[in-house]
Amino acid sequence: MKKIFRLKDLDCANCAAKMERHIRKLDGVNDASVNFLTQKMTVDAEDARFEEIMDEVVRLCRKVEPDCVIVR
Amino acid sequence: MTRRHKLTLARILAALALLVAAELAPLEGIWKLLLFLVPYFLVGGDVLWRSVINICHGQVFDENFLMSVATVGAMATGEYAEGVAVMLFYQVGELFQSVAVGKSRRSIAALMDIRPEYANVLRDGETLEVAPEDVLVGETIVLKPGERVPLDCVVTSGAGSIDTAAITGESAPRDVAVGDELVSGSINLSAVLEARVKSVYAESAVARILELVENSSERKAKTENFITKFARWYTPAVVFAALALALIPPLALGEPWMKWVHRALVFLVVSCPCALVISVPLSFFGGIGGASRRGILVKGSNYLEALSKVRAVVFDKTGTLTQGSFKVRALREAGGFRSEELLSLAAGAEAWSTHPIARAIVAAAGPAAQAREDAAPAQVEELAGLGVRAQVDGRTVLAGNARLMASEGIEVPETEEGGAVVHVACDGVYAGAILIADEPKPDAKDAVARLRAQGKRTVMLTGDRKASARAVAEELGVDDFMSDLMPQDKVAALEKLMDETPGGVAFVGDGINDAPVLTRADVGLAMGALGSDAAIEAADLVLMDDKPSRVPEAVAIARRTMTIVRENIVFALAVKLAILILGALGYANMWLAVFADVGVAVLAILNALRAMNTKKVAG
Repeated sequence: MKKIFRLKDLDCANCAAKMERHIRKLDGVNDASVNFLTQKMTVDAEDARFEEIMDEVVRLCRKVEPDCVIVR
Repeated sequence: MTRRHKLTLARILAALALLVAAELAPLEGIWKLLLFLVPYFLVGGDVLWRSVINICHGQVFDENFLMSVATVGAMATGEYAEGVAVMLFYQVGELFQSVAVGKSRRSIAALMDIRPEYANVLRDGETLEVAPEDVLVGETIVLKPGERVPLDCVVTSGAGSIDTAAITGESAPRDVAVGDELVSGSINLSAVLEARVKSVYAESAVARILELVENSSERKAKTENFITKFARWYTPAVVFAALALALIPPLALGEPWMKWVHRALVFLVVSCPCALVISVPLSFFGGIGGASRRGILVKGSNYLEALSKVRAVVFDKTGTLTQGSFKVRALREAGGFRSEELLSLAAGAEAWSTHPIARAIVAAAGPAAQAREDAAPAQVEELAGLGVRAQVDGRTVLAGNARLMASEGIEVPETEEGGAVVHVACDGVYAGAILIADEPKPDAKDAVARLRAQGKRTVMLTGDRKASARAVAEELGVDDFMSDLMPQDKVAALEKLMDETPGGVAFVGDGINDAPVLTRADVGLAMGALGSDAAIEAADLVLMDDKPSRVPEAVAIARRTMTIVRENIVFALAVKLAILILGALGYANMWLAVFADVGVAVLAILNALRAMNTKKVAG
């Protein structure tokens, strides 16, 4: 399943790149991209565990950039 | 500026005032430090807090952490004012950067503000305002003056003019009447129109354009990937260099610790690669957004990069360089007939035929011949594969190919020109020949000339015979042509050219039967192809209208974008390197470093915004 999320207060381009890198490494994630300019995140992950994976993604993003909020 | 920005600005100003006060206060020792700590925590508290959190999360090379180390280091070495000032400037820079990024995000969004918000749909005699997504195919929508066309549709009543600039880049309004197609996203200028919806919103031109452009940043250019990789190594490398700078000279050479620790702190200040990481993708995105405004859709920044590099541009002939419809090119009168007479005789004979060549002759002869169409048909005999024999104003006219003339025993001179030839005879006397050709598009010649001026080799591919192809090639001024190609031969022809051309080859086609060629080329451009899914799928760039002049325009935009990207990379790296060298030698202090770091980022962002302005390039 592929879903697009809006990101609020994504202010640092380097952090966006870091988030993308870390999310891609997550178990069950097929592909992910964080677009600094459009402030959107695309996550392509296993259907069955999608919500669980997203919780992990949110936790990861908070680690990299505490100010940034993922609108779910 | 958002509320957050204003709050930061207030904090910065307050801290600045406190800093000046602390500098002027006649205090010494611990009291002085405490006084400086007030503005320090006020302006940099969030940075310090975030760095603490990030360390707990294992994010060591994060810019908050680096700035904290740098400023705490400055305070520890007794440079209180410098420590506060560096944090202050850092925050000013971040604020600038955030405002600039916000502004560029908004201007790019405005550039792509073609999304229709509502549609006036006619249901049961009532006009309802609904979301474009809720309108079905075949329903009738009402378009008022000044409104955006919400869906692709066909005019069923009314006439007026339409501004398609946002979609095709064409600035002159287009007149439309019943039966004309309207592209969603264009603006109805003058009159109330009713139109029948042709496709649902998800398949409309607007939805496709937005999807294409929004997804374009996922296909990253090599330069972008290089920057991302570079950024990963740059920060750790600079931090370790700082560590070495702080430790090695004092330990190995017995130099004073203070001096070298202070120099090392300068390194930490310039260790964030933000200027590069922001400005390179921003430049590409600006270029893609600007191109979309000119009716050129780019599927990814990698294609923009590739297009700027291609050495040859290959055109399909029919429908791309030429209109794909026939027109009278020249008249070769003979036997004492005047050229108008020749044309009018031929038009008379062909007036009732529906063959495209016949239509071209009738159109060229003008209204007099067209009027004949409405008159009762005279005696016309269609001779299959040969031509026609007709009675025109009491004379027997033959119009057709050389074989028709031969069968009637009429001698025909050799014609060397390309294209189709219609021979005409009147009462058994040869009257001359009409040369018919597929007319080049009005801007084709100019497009080829501009591409050649850009240093691109231009090649034309066609299924036409060699003589006909050469005539068109010479008229348009292309460097080379390949003729007698069956559709399946075109891929092989392109591959041959790709072998000969190291920098890459772009192919321009109409996407109707050349999808494989579009896919095979280093960069495939589909022209006027918004209606065809296959073409959009196969192409890397989609030109919204069918003007060949969009090709040199796309090349110019691609080149300009790449120039801006390179400028940003070189500028940012050069300034950082200069600060690193000056810092290591002791000529640059932290003030200069922080100015350089955030200054470069802001300037690079502003430069990146230039990529969006494609008007100048297009001319």
